[in-house]
Amino acid sequence: MNTLSELPSIDAIDRKIILASQGGLPLISRPYHAMAAQVGIPPEEVMARMQRMLDSGVIRRIAAVPNHYALGYKANGMTVWDIADERIDELGRRVGELEFVSHCYRRPRHLPDWPYNLFAMVHGHDRDEAQEQVARIAALLGDACRGHEILYSTRILKKTGLRITG
Amino acid sequence: MDSIDRAIINRLQDGFPISAQPFSEVAAELDLGEDELIARVQHLLDARTLTRFGPMYHAERLGGALTLAAMKVPAQDFERVAEQVNALPEVAHNYEREHPLNMWFVLATETADGQRLAIEKIEQETGCRVYNMPKLDEYFVELKLRV
Repeated sequence: MNTLSELPSIDAIDRKIILASQGGLPLISRPYHAMAAQVGIPPEEVMARMQRMLDSGVIRRIAAVPNHYALGYKANGMTVWDIADERIDELGRRVGELEFVSHCYRRPRHLPDWPYNLFAMVHGHDRDEAQEQVARIAALLGDACRGHEILYSTRILKKTGLRITG
Repeated sequence: MDSIDRAIINRLQDGFPISAQPFSEVAAELDLGEDELIARVQHLLDARTLTRFGPMYHAERLGGALTLAAMKVPAQDFERVAEQVNALPEVAHNYEREHPLNMWFVLATETADGQRLAIEKIEQETGCRVYNMPKLDEYFVELKLRV
């Protein structure tokens, strides 16, 4: 987990850059120049600050986010696993290394009705493909796993991404 | 969506340059004109083939709080509850899933207090219990879908 001492510092100008770009990059030849005009600083400074935020992990990536369904990935499953606590760090990392796993986290159980502490998102063109991925995760986990489920998404109800306010 | 669109989608999931004319750089890699690349990205966004294009910020490293939460929503109340939950600006994503816990949403707030208040508000408005499942450890995050 991140602790406060590890947090990179974000100043007021960084916040303005974030506000100007969190809805997406301008789709023009010089997007960082357009952001610079909006923020009121030189383009070189926008680029230097974005590079710094990328290096420090404040920006995970600058990239396109696909709509799974539109790309033919109809079976998007949240797989959840009940893993012995003493082995979860080792096994969580190994599950995260599987090429078909896009997100892998440890989260708290809510006993008795929610025993699962490891979450891994899988994406298949159909449910058979997703089930094969589940089988590969199950094989990797072996005896350390006491139970699992796959929760398929049936509808995107909202997807706006993260937003800070100005 | 044609083969050029597919090449664009694959390339842009790998990252985008920080430079004076980044579209021009990527267009050259893909053997396209800059204007054509920009027009195609605009079209892919308009068609919702892409949901976003730009920097992905790391909420916790901005000092914010992020959590995944779930609820067991009775089928007859589902649309009403979805509307109530989606109306909160703190709700970044919301998915319907096949499970007794059938509504799963991500709450992004500036503070831990804001997260607690948002959960209380959702419980009061919807009448459903919120199962809060904040991330305790992150082993991997990188969504890339090849097309």
